[in-house]
Amino acid sequence: MSELFKLTLSDITAKLKAREVSAVELATEGLALCEAAQPKLNAFTAFDADKTLAMAKASDEKLARGEGGLIEGAPLAIKDLFAVEGVETAASSNILKGFKPTYESSVTAKLWENGGVFLCKTSMDEFAMGSSNETSNTGPVNNPWKGPNGEMLTPGGSSGGSAAAVAADLCFGATGTDTGGSIRQPAAFTGTVGVKATYGRTSRWGTVAFASSLDHPGPFAKTVKDSAILLQAMSGHDAKDSTSLPNEVPDFIAAVGQSVKGLRIGVPKEYRVDGMPAEIDEVWQKGIDWLKAAGCEIVDISLPHTKYALPAYYIVAPAEASSNLARYDGMRYGNRVEGENLNATYENTRGAGFGHEVQRRIMIGTYVLSAGYYDAYYLRAQKVRTRILQDFEQAFEKVDAVLTPSAPSAAFALGSKSDDPIAMYLNDVFTVTANLAGLPAMSVPAGVDKDGLPLGLQIITPALDEETMFKVGAAIEDSAGFVARPENWWS
Amino acid sequence: MSVTADDVRRIARLARLAEPTDRVDTLVGELNGILSWIEQLNEVDVEGVEAMTTPVKFPLPQREDVVTDGNCRDKVLANAPKSDEGFFVVPKSVE
Repeated sequence: MSELFKLTLSDITAKLKAREVSAVELATEGLALCEAAQPKLNAFTAFDADKTLAMAKASDEKLARGEGGLIEGAPLAIKDLFAVEGVETAASSNILKGFKPTYESSVTAKLWENGGVFLCKTSMDEFAMGSSNETSNTGPVNNPWKGPNGEMLTPGGSSGGSAAAVAADLCFGATGTDTGGSIRQPAAFTGTVGVKATYGRTSRWGTVAFASSLDHPGPFAKTVKDSAILLQAMSGHDAKDSTSLPNEVPDFIAAVGQSVKGLRIGVPKEYRVDGMPAEIDEVWQKGIDWLKAAGCEIVDISLPHTKYALPAYYIVAPAEASSNLARYDGMRYGNRVEGENLNATYENTRGAGFGHEVQRRIMIGTYVLSAGYYDAYYLRAQKVRTRILQDFEQAFEKVDAVLTPSAPSAAFALGSKSDDPIAMYLNDVFTVTANLAGLPAMSVPAGVDKDGLPLGLQIITPALDEETMFKVGAAIEDSAGFVARPENWWS
Repeated sequence: MSVTADDVRRIARLARLAEPTDRVDTLVGELNGILSWIEQLNEVDVEGVEAMTTPVKFPLPQREDVVTDGNCRDKVLANAPKSDEGFFVVPKSVE
């Protein structure tokens, strides 16, 4: 195997443009790399080699004519939540096993318009409900980074397969979705860059819905610049999604590398949580020092409603999920398990098709939306969301961006938290606020812990201001000089 | 508020989930754990606060009331668990 897949997206697209490598060669190598890694990482759920090679061939033809889009010829991994026409899209759930969409999600359609080549579908927590990729119907994904004694670690979740594929150099970028941290937490756990933009910047059309008011499609990448390129390629107004922003998409790529001198960076005291490993605090302090050295002003801020974010999330997300997942009734698509009458068929279908975590969340959602409880739970939680957004809006009168750790720990061992739902939910304690408030946020690798495992820092900026997020993200990346790589045990 | 085994069965029925016979007790514990953790939201003063919809306000988009899609019966049926002669086949639902 060549070393081509170790390159960044930005470098490989330059090579493709210069015709130093063909898109077909690259796609062929990508398929072989993924196939070899699959028994070790278990990161993939579907391939379609004919489609991949046909797309690569079309890219080569465009490139030969001196044409081609922003990411022409680059093989990308796609989370199993995005509908890819003709390729199994199951949201890692048995209820959708075998479902082949006859349409394309808007985000992947935009990626293909910009020249991206479909490489594979990636495993995820079932219906994106989880923080460890252990609820996938195809089993857990292994993090390319192993524990100190060689134990298998979670790549995080829910977009664990995508994070693992980027971290293991099996693609040049990947899509994820982030409802409570499902891009940023796996990015932090795998030493990759993960971004979610302002709510509505990327279309939700054609991605399997989890919690519609919180779902944010976004990219995983090897570098901040690559993440800006991918977000650029997937953003923009979409008439098919009524919550899609009509606003012009800024030049994210141009923001990368711009000076951060004079920017005011907020450090929220509420993000120092009990029991957080000292190493997380240390990497956070390093981030503060790097930005100070780059000319930023550091401002202590308070986001007083932070501790209510997770409980609010665990009302809003299950409530919306219980409504969204009502469509899986085994009648028009998906798998059906017959019963003695219609209701029994519904119950058997859903009881057999959904895993335990999904059923638990549907039940919580059903309970909080049931007669008499709507005001006490859902409506109150939506009001708490407003409080959380107000915290940020007040902070952004004084600062341009907020800097926090991405996750309260490094990647943990598979199986270590699966028996305690609340311990698992606490993984999202730093990320979930940006979903509730709909704000741009990214995770950038910033250092390693005592076991050599990656740790990430999170940058949150005001709505519509992804450019400042990318500026600060690139400054952290430059200062961190994060070069640690997992030893290759999967090829 | 505390959830009982009967509540779990009722919620499952409302959600059209087969009764989780061997997991009812586990679910009682888990649901109560989660619901009591959620109770802390009662500490937040939400008097006069509007429910959150989106961080960027824009008017709800409207489009012309015209047909923009259709004539794709076979695509619609492509993933049906059961279909026949261009129709979905579903269990009898009217007695």
